[in-house]
Amino acid sequence: MPEGIFCNKQPVETKERLHEVLGDKGGAKYYKEMESLEVDVPALKALLKTSCKSRLKTWLNGCMRCGLCADSCFLYIANDKDYRQVPSYKIQTTLGELVAKNGEVDTKFMIHCMDVAWSQCTCCNRCAIYCPMGIDVGVMFSYLRGILFSQGFIPWEMKIGSGMHRVYRAQMDVTSEEWVDTCEWMAEETEEEWPGLTIPVDKKNADIIYTVNAREPKHYPEDLAHAAILFHLAGENWTVPSEGWEETSLAMFAGDWKAAKMQVESVYAAIDRLKPKRMVVTECGHAYRATVTEGPYWAGIKDGKPPVESLHYVEWVAEALRTGKLKIDPAKKIKEPVTYQDSCNYIRNAGLADDVRYIMSQIAEDFREMIPNREYNYCCGGGGGLNGIGRYRKERNVGLTVKRDQILATEAKLVITPCHNCWDAIRDLEEVYHIGIRWSFLKPLLVDMVLVPEHLKHLEA
Amino acid sequence: MYHFITGPLLWVSFAIFFIGTLTHVVLYVKNLDWELDRVSYGAHTLWGIRGALRSICLWMTPYGTRSWRIKPLYTFMFYLFHVGGVLVPLFLSAHGVILKSRWGISLPTLPGFVADLLTVGVMIAVVGLSIRRCIRPEVRALTSGREIGTLIIAVAPFFTGFMAYHQIGGGNFWTLAHILSGEMLLVAVPFTKLSHMVLFFCSRAQIGMDFGIKRGGMKSVGMPC
Ligand code: SF4
Ligand code: SF4
Ligand code: SF4
Repeated sequence: MPEGIFCNKQPVETKERLHEVLGDKGGAKYYKEMESLEVDVPALKALLKTSCKSRLKTWLNGCMRCGLCADSCFLYIANDKDYRQVPSYKIQTTLGELVAKNGEVDTKFMIHCMDVAWSQCTCCNRCAIYCPMGIDVGVMFSYLRGILFSQGFIPWEMKIGSGMHRVYRAQMDVTSEEWVDTCEWMAEETEEEWPGLTIPVDKKNADIIYTVNAREPKHYPEDLAHAAILFHLAGENWTVPSEGWEETSLAMFAGDWKAAKMQVESVYAAIDRLKPKRMVVTECGHAYRATVTEGPYWAGIKDGKPPVESLHYVEWVAEALRTGKLKIDPAKKIKEPVTYQDSCNYIRNAGLADDVRYIMSQIAEDFREMIPNREYNYCCGGGGGLNGIGRYRKERNVGLTVKRDQILATEAKLVITPCHNCWDAIRDLEEVYHIGIRWSFLKPLLVDMVLVPEHLKHLEA
Repeated sequence: MYHFITGPLLWVSFAIFFIGTLTHVVLYVKNLDWELDRVSYGAHTLWGIRGALRSICLWMTPYGTRSWRIKPLYTFMFYLFHVGGVLVPLFLSAHGVILKSRWGISLPTLPGFVADLLTVGVMIAVVGLSIRRCIRPEVRALTSGREIGTLIIAVAPFFTGFMAYHQIGGGNFWTLAHILSGEMLLVAVPFTKLSHMVLFFCSRAQIGMDFGIKRGGMKSVGMPC
C-alpha cells in the first residue's frame, strides 16, 4: 500500500514530523504524493459500517431532491448559481456516492471528495434550516471530512493543524511555558496603566476560567491584555489555566476526531483541576463550537454539556452590561454606522443572537443589521478551515463576495467580528476587494468605551 | 380478477405498507446514537420534545418557515399536492363506504366536489412540480429517474380515481387501474422515497432535538428548526 513521506494515513504526532511536513512549502510534494495514495477499502468499509447509521442514512436516502437548499448556500450564490454548488448535489456526489459504492472508490474520487469537502462547504449549517426534510449537509460534510482524514486525503494545512493539536494541545506551536510567559508579560505591561491588574494563572475556585485561541498569545497578545482589563474593570474573580488554555480545534475542521477529543479533554482537565464556577471563551466562533457545543460529545459526556457552565465572550459582555459590571460611557458610543458579523458557530448553532443585539444597543448609536442576519446570516466565507487552505484560495475569494455585498448594503464602514475566523475572512475581503472597511473584535472597542470605576482610576488623573 | 385485487392483493398491500413503514420508524429510532450524532437525546428530554414538536409543527404549517416563505409558488404547489394527497385517500366517501362495509370503521367523509377539487389540485401540483424539475437547473441537476418514478407512482391513483369517478372512457377499466395503482403506491412506500411519509417526521424530530438540545434551543427561542 504506497504511502507518501508527507502524505499518508498517519496523523502527525511528533515535533519532528510536524517540522518535516511544514518544510514541504505549500504542500507541493504532499499533494503530488496524494495522487498515488491508495484507498484502504476494507478500512473504509468498516468505518462506514460502524458510523453511518440512522440519521446519516436517512439524510442521504431521504433527500427529496427538491432543491430548496440551493439558495441557502452562500457558495451557490457566489458562484452564479452553479448547480454543482447546490448543497444536496455536493453531498450526493461525494458522500452519497461513497456510501452507495460501500467504499469501493479510488484515489481520484477521494481527492475529488477532499476538494469538495473543504472548498465547497464551510460547514456553516445554513442549508439545514432551509431543508424541509431537516437534512444538515454541513454535518454530513463534517462526517465526510472524518472519513477523508482517516484515509489521509486532507489538505496540507489541515494535516498540520491537527498535528499541532496532537503535539502542543494548541492549534499553533505555543507551549505552556510560552503561554504563561505571555500572560506574565501582558500583566506587567498592563499593570503600569491599571494598577492592581493581574492575570492570575492556575488560581483555584475562581468564578471564571478564561480560555483563548492560540493565535492570541502567538500573534495578538494585546487581546489578552484587553481581556484582563475588562475582567479587572468588571471586578471579576478570574483565572487562566497554565495547561488546557486553548479553545480552538483545527482538528474539528480536519475531521481528526481523536485529536479533537484530546484537545477538548485538556480544557476539561483544567476545569477539573481548578474548579472554577464558569468558563468564558474568547471571541472565537469555532472555538466555542468545539469546546462548548461539540466537545462534550467527543469527551463522552452523556448530557452533552461541558463540566461547568460555559459562556462565549459575547454572553459574558452582555451579562456584564446588563448587570452593570461594565458601564459604557455614553459619550464614547460608536457614532458611525456599524454592522455585525453573526458567526454561524455561536449564533446559528448556539442561539446567542439576542445577546449580540443587546450589546450593540449599548455600544452603538447607528447599528445596521446585515440582511439576512441572526440565525439566517451567511457564513463570512472563510469558515470550516477554508480561510487557511492555500489550495483553495481562489474558491475562498469568490465565496467572500456574498459577505462583501452584504456589508456594502449596510453602508457601514466598521464591521464587528467577534470570531477569529470571521475576522480573518473580513480582513482578507478588504485586502482582495478594497471596499474601505475596518473590522474589529469587541474587546478593543470596549476597552476604549467603558467607564472606569472611581476606585480603579489611578493613573488617569 | 376484481375479487383478487380487492381481496388478497389489497390485504398484502396494506400489510407491506404498515409493516414496512413501521420498520422504518423502529429502525430509525433504534439506530439513533447520541455519540455518533452528538445529540444527548436522553439527557434533556423536555427540551428535546419541545424542539422536535416545534420543528414538525413549523414545517407542517403552510408558509410557517422562512424556507416556505421565500418560495411562495413552490410552497403553494407543495401544499396543494400534500393536502390533497393525504386528505383524499383518507376521507373520500367511496373509500369510507368500503371501510365501513368491510371493517365497520367509519371516518368522516369529504363532500364529493371538495374531494374532486383536491384531486384536481394534486394533479395540477404534480404537473407544476414536474415542470419545475425540468426548467430549474438547480433542481434538474438533482433529478434522476427515481424522482420522476416516485411522482408517477404518487399521482397515478389520483389520476385513475378521477377518471373512474367521472366515468370517462371505460369506467370499469379506470376503477381497476385505480385500485391497482393505489396498491402499487402502498407497496412502494416502504421501498422508495415515498417512505418520507414517516421518515419526514423522524428526521424533523431529530433535527428539532439537535437544535433544541444542543444547538442553541436552550438559549434562544428563535431557532428556526
Ligand atoms: S432541501 Fe433538503 S430535501 Fe431538498 S434537495 Fe436540499 S437536502 Fe434534499
Ligand atoms: S453547510 Fe453551509 S457551506 Fe455547506 S453546503 Fe450548507 S450552506 Fe453551503
Ligand atoms: S468563520 Fe465565522 S461566519 Fe464563517 S463559518 Fe466560522 S463562524 Fe461562521
